[in-house]
Amino acid sequence: MSEIFGIPVAVILGQLTLGLVNGSFYALLSLGLAVIFGLMGVVNFAHGAFYTLGAFAALLGLQYFGINYWAALLLAPLAVGLVGIIVERLFLRHLYQLDPLYGLLLTFGLALIVEGSLHQVFGATGQSYPVPDSLSGVLNLHFMFLPLYRAWVIVASVVVCLGTWFVIERTSLGATLRAATENAPLLQAFGVNVPILKAATYGGGVALAALAGVLASPVVLVNSHMGASLVIVVFAVVVIGGMGSILGAIVTGLALGVIEGFTKVIYPEASNIVVFIIMALVLMIRPAGLFGRE
Amino acid sequence: MRRTAIFYALIALLAVCVPWLGIYPVFMMKLLCFAMFACAYNLLLGFGRMLSFGHAAFFGAAAYVTSWLVTAHAWGPAAAILGGMAVAAALGFVIGGIAIRRHGIYFAMITLALGQLVYFVCLEAPFTGGENGLQGVPRGTFLALLPLRSDLVMYYLVLAVFIAVFLFIRRVVHSPYGQVLKAIRENEPRAISLGYDINRYKLLAFVLSATIAGLAGALNALVLGFATLSDVQQSTSGEVILMTLLGGTGTFFGPVVGAAIIVTLQEYLSDIVGGWVTAIIGAIFVACVLAFRRGIVGEIAARLLRGDAKESVPDAPV
Repeated sequence: MSEIFGIPVAVILGQLTLGLVNGSFYALLSLGLAVIFGLMGVVNFAHGAFYTLGAFAALLGLQYFGINYWAALLLAPLAVGLVGIIVERLFLRHLYQLDPLYGLLLTFGLALIVEGSLHQVFGATGQSYPVPDSLSGVLNLHFMFLPLYRAWVIVASVVVCLGTWFVIERTSLGATLRAATENAPLLQAFGVNVPILKAATYGGGVALAALAGVLASPVVLVNSHMGASLVIVVFAVVVIGGMGSILGAIVTGLALGVIEGFTKVIYPEASNIVVFIIMALVLMIRPAGLFGRE
Repeated sequence: MRRTAIFYALIALLAVCVPWLGIYPVFMMKLLCFAMFACAYNLLLGFGRMLSFGHAAFFGAAAYVTSWLVTAHAWGPAAAILGGMAVAAALGFVIGGIAIRRHGIYFAMITLALGQLVYFVCLEAPFTGGENGLQGVPRGTFLALLPLRSDLVMYYLVLAVFIAVFLFIRRVVHSPYGQVLKAIRENEPRAISLGYDINRYKLLAFVLSATIAGLAGALNALVLGFATLSDVQQSTSGEVILMTLLGGTGTFFGPVVGAAIIVTLQEYLSDIVGGWVTAIIGAIFVACVLAFRRGIVGEIAARLLRGDAKESVPDAPV
């Protein structure tokens, strides 16, 4: 059984793991989007830009300060999260009373500023981030060879996603967050500082995006537009999954990554558009999304 | 109302005189095409409050189809433009039909995703020339009468089409149909309870907007002589939103002002600041959303014409 429909099993499994890697990024990004949207009612178009910022933070940290991968994994999300908090305090908080479309437009403008500046300063060509030594090997699973770094990305993302889910669904902090999404004025009346909670949520959400950026930096070329097209796919993932459920966002992200990977094997021309086609189909059958509520 | 008419007459006179003012005609034609695009966009956003993030799909698809019909099939410009518009209308019917199933931000995300789908199709389809796009598109002779190779003739054709589109959109908005569309914008549940099939109204607005956007894209491709991926790119969708927002959403003349400013900025600013243009456009976006939500014409209308402003100037809503 070395071939299925004339396609070598090794190729299929290779694309499957690549799909899972992409799906991990989709999951991390759509998770952050869902958390931000849930609490703040803002669709964060700048999510891709923060992902890019995370990758650049890791790259520049390595080049100029010798910060290694493991430290970057912690420091880059922290730095980008801080930027997110500043952005929320400076700009976003003025828009909460308005139509949510303004939040979308504002963050779109922010994304243009970040990506345009990065493009101007660092040019259009990508730079590669070296895979850390401890993760550069290949695992021999006997039926396939699995690059260690890919396995690490998948495991790390799933752990972070589940950890986020646990914090939001099972801890008192999460309970406070969920209470704020249901009725922020009432929560404020109970003495919870809701504005700080919102700023921290935005910071946390974009920190997740930055984490995805750091994880991605050794497997993609780090350049200014790496997040711009990704965020559109992630939006489609969010529409498919519906923004109601956090587990839904994680599952949908991973599943769509895998489907994309399979499409690359079967019909490569369609691999860029398969997510959008699925989105259209889901909208026709279940307009609220697979896990969403109207 | 009379003041508005005089104002429009003056603007039209100015536009007619432009070729003798020493302004580069191709630049003016590009400006008019984008103004038309922004007016089409405004019909959807300003009067239907539907924020589409994928309008470049219609602009670009029509640009490609028109260019392809002219180069590969030797169609005349008039027929090719109509062909481009037909494709844009069909795309608008499909994309609009899917997108109006959701509201607000979901609508925006869906149009964004489907716009990206069209982008990838244009990138990979066999007749679009991939990364290069379609180059060397001849303008031909319009209806066997007007030799469009002359920039002057082409300019007056574009101007005439633009004026026709502008008046058409005014007519649509002031028609009973437009009133219902505005009623849906203001209060959708109420419009439903009054018995309007709101999805049909919204879909028609979407298709109209897509068709006019297609007309703008087709003309733009003929003016410049090429159709490229940047016509279908998401950044072009962003630009048309900015033009509308900057000029004044829901005003008739606002999108024209916004398009004039943005096209001029792109044309002349890039000489001064080079690659910073994208970041500057982003900054204008942020400024518009934070401080300037009515846009230029909207602000002027709200301050000066408070007495006889018949056109609705929405306060906060997009």
